[in-house]
Amino acid sequence: MKQPMILAAIALTAATTLHAQAARESGDPSTEWPSWTAPAPTPGHRATAPILIRNATVMTVTKGTLDNTDLLLDNGKIARIGKGLFAPAGAVTIDGTGKFVTPGIIDVHSHTMMDAVNEGSRSVTSMVRVRDILNNTAPAIYDELAGGTTTIHVLHGSANTIGGQDAVVKLKWGRPVDEMIFPGAMPGIKFALGENVTGKNNSTVIVQGQPQAPRRYPQSRMGQEEVIRDEFTRAIDYKADWDDYNARVSKGEKGLVAPRKDLELEPIKEILEGKRLIHSHSYRADEMLMLLELSDEFHFHVAVLHHGLEGYKIASEMAKHGTGLSTFADMWGYKVEAYDAIPYNAAITTSHGVVTTINSDDDGRARRLNIDAAKLMRWGGMSENDALKTITINGAIQLGVEKKVGSIETGKDADVVVWSGDPLSVYSRVESTIIDGEVFFDREKDIARRDSIATERAALEKEDAQMNPRTGGGGGSRGGNGAVPGNPGAEEIHQ
Amino acid sequence: MIRTLRIAACMTLTGVFIPSLLSAQLGSYNPRPGPQGVFAITGGHIFPGNGPEIANGTVVITNGKITAVGANVTVPTGAKVIDAKGLSVFPGMMETANGLGLAEITEGVNATVDNIESGRLNPNEQAFFGFDPHSAYVGTTRFTGITSVVSAPEGGLISGQAALMNLAGDTPPEMAVVPRVAMVINLPSGGRGGRGGGGGFGGAAGGANTSSADLDSIKTILRNADAYGRELEAYAKDKTLPRPQHDVVLASLIPAVRGEMPVMIPANSTTEIRAAVAFAEEMKLKPILVGGRDAWKVTDYLKQHDVPVILTSVMAMPAREDDPYDVNYSAPAKLAAAGVRFAIAAGEPNPDIRNLPFVAGMAASFGLSRDDALKSVTLWPAQIFGVGDKLGSIEVGKMADLVVSDGDLLEARTNTKYLFIDGRQVPLDNMNSAMYNMFKDRP
Repeated sequence: MKQPMILAAIALTAATTLHAQAARESGDPSTEWPSWTAPAPTPGHRATAPILIRNATVMTVTKGTLDNTDLLLDNGKIARIGKGLFAPAGAVTIDGTGKFVTPGIIDVHSHTMMDAVNEGSRSVTSMVRVRDILNNTAPAIYDELAGGTTTIHVLHGSANTIGGQDAVVKLKWGRPVDEMIFPGAMPGIKFALGENVTGKNNSTVIVQGQPQAPRRYPQSRMGQEEVIRDEFTRAIDYKADWDDYNARVSKGEKGLVAPRKDLELEPIKEILEGKRLIHSHSYRADEMLMLLELSDEFHFHVAVLHHGLEGYKIASEMAKHGTGLSTFADMWGYKVEAYDAIPYNAAITTSHGVVTTINSDDDGRARRLNIDAAKLMRWGGMSENDALKTITINGAIQLGVEKKVGSIETGKDADVVVWSGDPLSVYSRVESTIIDGEVFFDREKDIARRDSIATERAALEKEDAQMNPRTGGGGGSRGGNGAVPGNPGAEEIHQ
Repeated sequence: MIRTLRIAACMTLTGVFIPSLLSAQLGSYNPRPGPQGVFAITGGHIFPGNGPEIANGTVVITNGKITAVGANVTVPTGAKVIDAKGLSVFPGMMETANGLGLAEITEGVNATVDNIESGRLNPNEQAFFGFDPHSAYVGTTRFTGITSVVSAPEGGLISGQAALMNLAGDTPPEMAVVPRVAMVINLPSGGRGGRGGGGGFGGAAGGANTSSADLDSIKTILRNADAYGRELEAYAKDKTLPRPQHDVVLASLIPAVRGEMPVMIPANSTTEIRAAVAFAEEMKLKPILVGGRDAWKVTDYLKQHDVPVILTSVMAMPAREDDPYDVNYSAPAKLAAAGVRFAIAAGEPNPDIRNLPFVAGMAASFGLSRDDALKSVTLWPAQIFGVGDKLGSIEVGKMADLVVSDGDLLEARTNTKYLFIDGRQVPLDNMNSAMYNMFKDRP
């Protein structure tokens, strides 16, 4: 088990070293610290047989719900939608009679694949990147696939005013991280406002090595505004320095010294250039408005307010700024800033034209976002299709990938879910989850594999009879690696 | 509190008079239920919860009790008629592992957290006396059709006594179905699983991290209580004996050690489950296991010892890497197939226990029959807590805790239309809907 892991680690190190070396030799400082704003190098689809889903109820989300309809997935894309489709040679056929097909679920706020979420030492850590530490062996990837989730937006935690740079990931269980990164997704950055930043409701913000130290600045929402203002003020100067330098270089001036690269200000500069989206954790209406007002003043755009539990109080202001909302279906009351949260939030913001999504913020809930969407029909009376949008196309819009995923349309990525019944019913179950035309979860196969996993477990336990059995306290979370179906195995680099 | 003042000020300035909001403070928006009387819910599809459905039936409620159910029931003269044509009628649900009314805002507002006492042996603490009838979660919880809760203290070795409360009323005495319904005991290493482990109670974890010395102290106090009980009895019969000194702590344990009051014991792993059952047998207690994550692995054992389980981990992540993805979703079906007595609890913090019906629905999508899914949140919890004759189904003679909805009770998209608790019609407004009404028309 250890051998391949070490090899993989060596290979990774070698590749990184070569890259850095090449960068140094070329004398280009920008490639020394690669920007992930560029599309991932090996995107997308691996060659697979076409899949024809016959005679299902197809909920396209953008083009209505089609009864007794066939869906052809070929070459990683949705090739055809219609009745009586012809199966190409070698196609795998799925009988969809009585079943429903939806686009893959998009979870716009996730921490799956992150073994640690906060770099809690400072309140601005814009330089750190989720992309660097994604753990592609996290069992939750498979569990979420089994709930119909195909794309997740992985964000840092909410302890910092500016937490770090995000990653958009397709849940291709068993694949290297590079193949999971969503090609072409808009880069983003996590901001956070309110109690989690001030650390007043928990003890997550501890200055390392100084457990008794006073709490970190900022301690108030006023301070949060000031931190963001300071950051953008400096980033504007930083951008001006670079713009000036680049202009002179393009005019052919020689012998210029480039401004110093600032890894903290670089992503803020990208925000000002419209190359990076702001995803801000927020709860109260006042703090959300504060950020929107700052955006007017400094001429940047706030793409999505996450959680935004009081979004319903300022729905028109959000609509005016073109800012989206990614909220919980019904969670509330766990802290003071969540006390005015209401399950009608999404219905109100949607009715004001705010692009609204329901997110999980939790590995467990990411497995049943369909039930969370169904709640919107109860609280606020949203239509079934509008409810479904909050976990599909609206998420695609918020992440800048709406041309590729989020609805069932010809030419889009073949990211679809086959359900045993209406996906907005608690009695329905995911039968299979397909990404880029490949089946990554299949319930029948999952069940068929269980005996061999049990046998393997028994053998392993017998082999190491001296091993102290884990009697389990309350039971911990799942760590390590092993026999989860399809797991490529053995990689504990992060532990 | 600051938020409260803001709401009140807003109301005054705009001249809007909403009495229940004017008196608002942290957690106090629960409109009062109407009076008891005679009601007839007519023409609905009745799911009695203990027998066949009645496609077009009537339920009559008289002074708090169900007095008639069926297809051919005469509506009494003077009854207030609720037209349930096109609607469905269900027994109210019971959530059995939480701290509702005892803890409000658990993160950062300690002043609102009253479900955990200091000290380790507190059998005389009573949830009944700490229960806030005006907790905002009372109104939002009952909105999804949950009509009663077993609210339990946590923490220490013996946490205290849980209360079975109906979710409508102005005072705990008005709401209590059984004020002292069960004793909560935490065994060494028993208790709360963290994330992925499946919890004990759904609320703020106050888990005891205990040792075998602690097990001894639990056993000692239980034996002392047993002895104290016999001492009191002997003295009652023979006043020439020395009069026993009053001891409120030991006295509170007497019903538990006599098997008259069940004991709730958090247990998740098979080791914990076996230890809890063995402990209960040794001490002659009547156990109810709470958590029960791995109960599906020891169904024969549980059946043989006839120990019921409150499952709180249906929605939890699988605890072990090689567990099937649906291990917790499908556990209730396995318990039902094996004939183990169980109830499903939400396994959520207090504000979110309103998700209970959807948790039962999830179990139904993974093998539990829909009929059993309904029973797992209605009749079965009532039976486990000894109130099967009072609650949990629509039967003549039972307390009128009913929900009328526009669809399946366990579906998230279903809407609640009418609610009766203890035969009183309960307004469906709650703190969430109040905020909705305040802001929905803001341009």
